[in-house]
Amino acid sequence: MSVAVAKPGEVKHNYLNAGDTVLSWLLTTDHKRIAVLYLVSVTLFFAVGGLLALLIRLELLTPQGDLMTSENYNRVFTMHGVVMIFLFLIPAIPAVLGNFLVPLMVGARDLAFPRLNLASWYVYMAGGLIATWAMVNGGVDTGWTFYPPYSSSYSTSQVTLTIIGAFLIGFSSIFTGINFIVTIHKMRAPGLTWFRLPLFIWAHYATSVIIVLGTPVVAITLLLVAVERVFRLGIFDPALGGDPILFQHLFWFYSHPAVYIMILPAMGVISEVVACFSRKRVFGYHFVAFSSVAIAVIGFLVWGHHMFTTGQSVYAGMVFSLLSFLVAVPSAVKVFNWTATMYKGHIEFRAPMLYVMGFLGLFVIGGLTGLFLASLATDIHLQDTYFVVAHFHYIMVGGTIFGYLAGLHFWWPKMTGRMYPEGIAKLAALIIFAGFNLTFLPQFVLGYLGMPRRYHWYPEEWQMLHVMSSAGAALLGIGYILPIFYLLWSLRNGAIAGPNPWGATGLEWKTDSPPITHNFEETPIVTEEPYAYENHHHQEEVASGTGASAAEG
Amino acid sequence: MTNGHDTHSHIVPVKVYLLVYVTLLVLLVATVGAAYLPGHHTLLNNVIALTIAVVKAVLVMLYFMHVRYSTRLTWLWASAGFFWLVIMFILTLGDYFTRHWVPVLGWE
Ligand code: HEM
Ligand SMILES: [Cu+2]
Repeated sequence: MSVAVAKPGEVKHNYLNAGDTVLSWLLTTDHKRIAVLYLVSVTLFFAVGGLLALLIRLELLTPQGDLMTSENYNRVFTMHGVVMIFLFLIPAIPAVLGNFLVPLMVGARDLAFPRLNLASWYVYMAGGLIATWAMVNGGVDTGWTFYPPYSSSYSTSQVTLTIIGAFLIGFSSIFTGINFIVTIHKMRAPGLTWFRLPLFIWAHYATSVIIVLGTPVVAITLLLVAVERVFRLGIFDPALGGDPILFQHLFWFYSHPAVYIMILPAMGVISEVVACFSRKRVFGYHFVAFSSVAIAVIGFLVWGHHMFTTGQSVYAGMVFSLLSFLVAVPSAVKVFNWTATMYKGHIEFRAPMLYVMGFLGLFVIGGLTGLFLASLATDIHLQDTYFVVAHFHYIMVGGTIFGYLAGLHFWWPKMTGRMYPEGIAKLAALIIFAGFNLTFLPQFVLGYLGMPRRYHWYPEEWQMLHVMSSAGAALLGIGYILPIFYLLWSLRNGAIAGPNPWGATGLEWKTDSPPITHNFEETPIVTEEPYAYENHHHQEEVASGTGASAAEG
Repeated sequence: MTNGHDTHSHIVPVKVYLLVYVTLLVLLVATVGAAYLPGHHTLLNNVIALTIAVVKAVLVMLYFMHVRYSTRLTWLWASAGFFWLVIMFILTLGDYFTRHWVPVLGWE
């Protein structure tokens, strides 16, 4: 691959300087620019969700519900959940990193349907703004799960509007999913066979399958709730002849797979970073690739584990419990393979690698506590307690957000052409790790002791644990703010990255940073397996070479 | 092998669209008509209505959504959608039909 070298002083063409009017951004069909649009939007929504989380932790500092009324507390945790799940966690990695990287990694000029890609961002923004509008005009108080009959008969908050917002956001992810599937099938560079694809691509393929097959179901289900609310049609409300458990089936048919929509892309990031900074090929490539597909399929068969205590039949509970244990197997396969990848590798503790290490530990805790919850008997004690809250935050914050931050740092030089400051980035990673554990470890204990979720009053003997958790949240907040500052700072002041600052394999590193609008000067031809780190010892020289010039710059 | 684009540019005569459209309308009338059948044939009515609905859905997919003229890969995806629907039905009904198998104190 030839990389056109710029003469000193000459500004090279790239996707960022291809146009600087606002319209050139708002009407772009370049997947890289759309990724940047998404980056800005998901970051804003993450800030909103984060502020709501701080309000929750502030309220829980004291055993009395003294900061806000119970009604408002309901609104705050509901909106925290809705914003974080639908507006941040689901789109974050696919729509930002995936959008940027899928075409680059398969050696294509863009996604298969560039305009559909832009439409996806507009639909996302429309959904996000409607949800925001609902939040400031009365809010929602049903919990992010929208269970009827709260959501259908009892709630007087903006349920219908929020549901319309979530419905639209669902379509934006369907658009993205379709685009990825078609691109991965049809637009791979010559020589790039399925088993030469980076595992990031396999993970995004599996994620897209879930998105396309699952999201329509939740879209229809939420619409049915809205229809019931507006037209009093009996679907889920028993008073009107409906069945509330049916809602739970339909909702979790999507929403359990949705947790894999959130974690699978992060797993893709981990595979890339762990190989690069261990300087080894990923151990058991085929197993890691197929475990993504296995998760996508088995993930659809376990949703009843959210309904063990809500009236589902005991027999169905047993089946769902067994199937839930099965889904842990492919997740474990991945963790073992990443660990084996590091074994005897030349591990470099760069900032992305710190996030990867954090991910591994936290994901294991999150996954194992999932098994406690998937056991019928223990779940009767733990359902709807803080144990569940801690479980899913270990996976979604410790897993997805760690993966997102790992990926954002790893590909930041590619996206912007600049290096971020390594020292402070490592510090931020450590603060986030410490803050995270301080926030959520006490919640396992609280839940085990019986603290229910979604309440703001609690017995005094639990205050110590809640104070620890709130202190951790403050630390976590600081950890999240740091990257915003140093990443923005690096845009002007960071060292010039060069095409491949990490000496990584993969097509995205074979073109300029930032890439030109059409990604590659000429279509790349792939002749070797992925992660061929061991075949290329000279690449370490490349890495240290760039490192030296980075220090000068 | 010819390249995949040939199949996408398959041109369907307007006549086919019209024919499918008329068939859909006829089936619609049939559904409404079946609902007015004399007597209380709830079960029969449901069977007729659902059968007609399936036929209509298949027609829309095959012709209006061009699945009939598409690649094997498209067929695979279209069938996957149905397969997943079946998963949803089976596991959901697996709950409803087994509620009385293992009685739980306090649940009727
Ligand atoms: C090892 C695989 C996993 C198993 C066996 C598992 C099991 C469970 C079970 C049984 C529950 C229901 C607990 C209850 O309400 O009593 C649950 C809740 C939850 N899990 Fe997991 N889980 C796993 C992985 C994940 C992953 C990967 C994520 C997210 C990325 C996740 C996110 C959630 C969420 C969000 C909830 C709570 C939903 C709510 O009620 O608000 N889980 N999990
Ligand atoms: Cu689940």
